[in-house]
Formats: sequence, structure tokens, C-alpha cells
Amino acid sequence: MALIETRGLRRVYDLDGGRVVALDHVDLDVAQGDFVAVMGPSGSGKSTFMNLIGCLDRPTEGHYRLADTAVEKLDADGLAALRNRQIGFVFQQFNLLPRVDAIGNVELPMVYAGVDRRARHERALSALERVGLAGRAHHRPMQLSGGQQQRVAIARALVNRPSLLLADEPTGALDSRTAEEILALFQELNREGVTIVLVTHDADVGRHARRLIRFRDGRVIEDIRQQPLEARREEALT
Amino acid sequence: MRLIEAIRSALSAIMANALRSLLTMLGIVIGVAAVIAMVAIGSGARNLVDRQIRSLGANLAIITPGNVTQGGARLGAGAASSLTDDDAQAIKNEIDGVIAAAPFVQGGTQVVAGGNNWATRIYGIDNDWFEAREWDVAVGRNFDPEEIRRGDIVVILGQTVARNLFGEDDPIDQTVRVRNVPFRVIGVMAPKGQSAFGQDQDDVIFVPLDAGRRRVIGRNYAKDGSVGSIFVKFAREEEIEPGIELITRLLQQRHRIVGDQEDDFSIRNLTEIANTASASANTLSMLLAAVAAVSLLVGGIGIMNIMLVSVTERTREIGLRLAVGARPRDILSQFLIEATTLSTIGGILGIALGATVAYFVAQLAGWPSLISSEAIAVAVGFSALVGIFFGFYPAQRAAKLDPIEALRRE
Repeated sequence: MALIETRGLRRVYDLDGGRVVALDHVDLDVAQGDFVAVMGPSGSGKSTFMNLIGCLDRPTEGHYRLADTAVEKLDADGLAALRNRQIGFVFQQFNLLPRVDAIGNVELPMVYAGVDRRARHERALSALERVGLAGRAHHRPMQLSGGQQQRVAIARALVNRPSLLLADEPTGALDSRTAEEILALFQELNREGVTIVLVTHDADVGRHARRLIRFRDGRVIEDIRQQPLEARREEALT
Repeated sequence: MRLIEAIRSALSAIMANALRSLLTMLGIVIGVAAVIAMVAIGSGARNLVDRQIRSLGANLAIITPGNVTQGGARLGAGAASSLTDDDAQAIKNEIDGVIAAAPFVQGGTQVVAGGNNWATRIYGIDNDWFEAREWDVAVGRNFDPEEIRRGDIVVILGQTVARNLFGEDDPIDQTVRVRNVPFRVIGVMAPKGQSAFGQDQDDVIFVPLDAGRRRVIGRNYAKDGSVGSIFVKFAREEEIEPGIELITRLLQQRHRIVGDQEDDFSIRNLTEIANTASASANTLSMLLAAVAAVSLLVGGIGIMNIMLVSVTERTREIGLRLAVGARPRDILSQFLIEATTLSTIGGILGIALGATVAYFVAQLAGWPSLISSEAIAVAVGFSALVGIFFGFYPAQRAAKLDPIEALRRE
């Protein structure tokens, strides 16, 4: 049973200039525990694909099952609940709340899941520990480096124990050394069983995944298994 | 998200832009302050009027003698002694709605009892007085009709006089001397307190009308049966104005005033005097109500404006919250709570300001400052409502954001 199952997935935008087919009949399965890199030039449909499997958007046509839930049948509240429980997002720009400290940011998904304060605090702290930032729990984003901010964001993505970690250009705003660290963290999480879908246009980043899917013009043009490149772990990981 | 957490997060958002938030609240602050001041001033004035009416007696008019002209010099109101007992009796008998017509004479005098003496005012009255002024004896009795008719030398003391002449002793059946006439004390009035104009109304003694006229006050009431003034009490307030018309005509007839001859009396509606004070307080209240309405409206628009700015500034935050699982209604309530918190803080500041203003106005006008808990509840409720009403549109805009668009926004 695949975690992600898309059948005939199609997304059409009605723009002023006419209809744009962003995604055209995509059939894809992603197994539990896989590490998939989704690549392609801009306009290839990879972002649309990510929005759809991230339950941020609904397909124009076709079916999408995530963890056995038919996503296209859900309303806005149902999508929100699914995002909350099944998906952890990691963004290029981290998207941390600037006024809230690290632990507060990590707690956010649990606030909407209705977890009580004490459990929230404990779980957030252990998620921060997991990404090596237990000592920075009460720092605000401004007081953290880019790599640390992204690790806070990863802790936030993991804290509700989602079945899917969805990363959109997670290393795009980081220098190459820090990017390596983040990728090493992803590989580590994947080895522990977290399913990861990583969207990138950077071939070096894509090489760290086990499976590589390439989009062009809204279609899958390449879908290969590969020997992942091991990210070099720097020592400065605290 | 639970309410307390939502409020805490709203407070942190408000504090993040403290100056901006404060400026935004200003309209609400002024509006609520105006509401509080308005209610306080309104009830203070009403209280003052009530006190005046209570101390005079309700639905009361007073008839005073008019002025007289002696050798070309007009001597002013009350100089004439044109009113009589019979006038009072005629008013009581012939005018509908009159339940008491109390003629009286008054003067200042020294009263002596044993080794004590005291300067006070003396009133010669009949039993209608007690009804007209809604004031009765606390100890002893009031005059019986025979005593009134004969003008017996009996006296009822006001509280202040009783205390000063007899201290703790029982004054009943004791004798007080007024201009060497020995009066027997038959009663002590109930305490009345200060008048609206600050006089001690208990510093007074009462004797039967004839006794006062003949034995004590005398000089101004030479003409037989003439009295100083007449209190007229009506059963209902709406009978006062038409009643005064009828009394005027009756007295003109009785005093044989014809054509354009000047009346030798004048009638004043005492309820009206009290109402004048309340009317000016009402004007002030209306003005404040207008200020309050405009300020709350402007304040509400200010909140709407700042919330729209805030929603735009925090579009990415909204997108992120949606991505991690916030439902649209969570976003809606977050921004509604933020707007409401903003306006409620403004409301609380406004209560403080309004209470201060009301206090100073009350000091200036000389009435008790009344900040009621109802007014505070209404003000807080009003400011919260303004927050909800004007916060709704921005909050709805936030809730309707598309998460993908919102996350992409710079």
C-alpha cells in the first residue's frame, strides 16, 4: 500500500490569457519510507504537484489518496486536518513566526491539533532535541542562523508525527555547507522511517534522494531509483 | 486554539506594534470615555434633580405676592402682602388636581429654652404644609385643626433646633419662648437634611399660621388674613401647567385685576426649576453621546484599517498557519480576537479617562460623581462589539486567503 497514490492527476488554471495545464495526467505512487526528489525547471509542474500532494490545493481532475484518504473529496476543513496530521512542511524561507521563540514555533501544529499545553511543550522540546537545537529552545528566529532556523522548521514539520515530510527547496536559502547539514538530517530521518518528498531544481540536492522524479510541461518524464549521495556531516552540529 | 492562548497571542501581536496599536485605540478610548462621562454626568444630574424634588416635595408650585409700587418706587417681588388664607382655601376648593394649598408666613427669630437660645427661621403654617412638602413629624404630633383655627401657641421643632435647645432631652411638652411668648412643644420634625442649595432645612420651627402672624412675625402681615406665600401641590405632574393657568385666572378674579393691570402675585412651577438643571445636563449628555458615537465609529474604522494592514503584513504567517493545519475559522477567530482585544484595551483605557473627566465635571457642577458598574459593563461591551464588528471584514479576508498564494507572498 503506497503512502501517496495519484491517478490521472490534472490541474488546470484559468488565467486571463486562457487555460494553462500545469499538471497533466500524473500517475505516481510513493511508498512508505521512500525519499523522493522531485525535479524540473520552473513551469514544469513540480510546484503544482507539491501543492496537490501537500493538500494545499485540489486537482481539477483525477484522484489522489494520501495515507488511504481520498483527498479530492475533502472540504477546506478536511484538508486542514489532513495537513495537520499527515504532512510536515519545510519551506525555502523557513517561515518561522518572528515574534515567537523556537519552541513556540515548533508547538504551532500541535496548537491546531488540540494538544494540551504540557504535552505540547514536551513534544516540542524532544523534536528540537531531535534536530540538535534543545539548547536554543527560547531563541527567537532572529537570533538563530539560517541553518538553525531551518532545523527549527524541520522540528516543527516532524512534531505531529506526520506520515509525509514535504520539503520545498529546503536548502535554497542556505550556503552549501549548511545545505549539506540539512540534507544529512533528512537522510537520517529517512533512515528512521520518515517518508520525504523534496522539491528542488538543484541537481546536487536531488542526488541525495533514493528516487528521482523529473517533471517537464506538467508530465513525469523521468522516474529513476538511484544510489543516494551521502551528505557529509559537519562536526559543528549543535 | 483555546481562547486564553488566542488572547495571549493577540496581546503579543499588539505589543509588537505598541505605538501603532495605541494610536489605533485612541478613537475607542475617546469614545468610551465619552460614554462613561455621559452616563456619569447624566445620572449625577438626575440625582441632583431628584434630591431637589425630594427635598421640596414633588409636583409643587409656589405663589408669591407680586411687587408693589410706592411713590414710583417698585419694591420687588414679595413686597406686597396681597395673598390671603382665603385665596389658599379657594385654590384648594376650586382648582382640579390640587391636593394641598398651604399658606404660610415666615421670619427669623431667636428661640429660648431654659438657659439655651438659638437663632432660627419660624414658619406659620397650617396642616396642608406637611402634605405639600411631604414632610412630617418624627416625634409627637402635628397641629390639630382646632389649634390651627384658634392660633394656639404650640410649636413643632426642626431637628437642628431641638438638638441645640434640648440636646438629648425629650423636648415634648417643654416650653420654648419666642419673643417672650411661651410656646408648648408638641412635636419634632423628621430630619430633612440639606437643601439642594446647601441650607440646613432642619434649622426651623413651625407654629400655627395665626399664632405666627399675630404673635411673632406680625409686621408684614398687618392686613387681616394675609400670608407670605402659598405652596400648591398637584396630584400629577401634567396637571401643574394647566393648574397654574386656572389659579392665575382665579386670583385675578379674586384680586379684581382687570385689563392690562399687573398681577399682584406670581406663580412658579418648582418642578420646572429642577427640570432646568436636568435639561442642561441632558444637553451635555447629548453632546457627549454624539462625541461617543463619532469616536467609536472613527475608532472602529481605525481598527478595521490597522487590521487590514496587519493581515497584509502577515500574509505569510497566515499561509504558514494554514499549511500546518489551521482551518479558515481558526484564522478568522485569531484576527477577530486580535481586533477585539485591541478595542477592549482601548475601552479599559477609555473608562479610566471617562471616570477622570466625570469626576472633574462632578466637582465643578457640585453633584455626586456616579460611575456605575452598568456603565462600565456597557462601555466594555460596546468596545468589544466595535472590535468584533470592524474586525470581521479584515479577519474574513485573512481566513479566505489561499494558502499557496499566502505562502508565496513576500
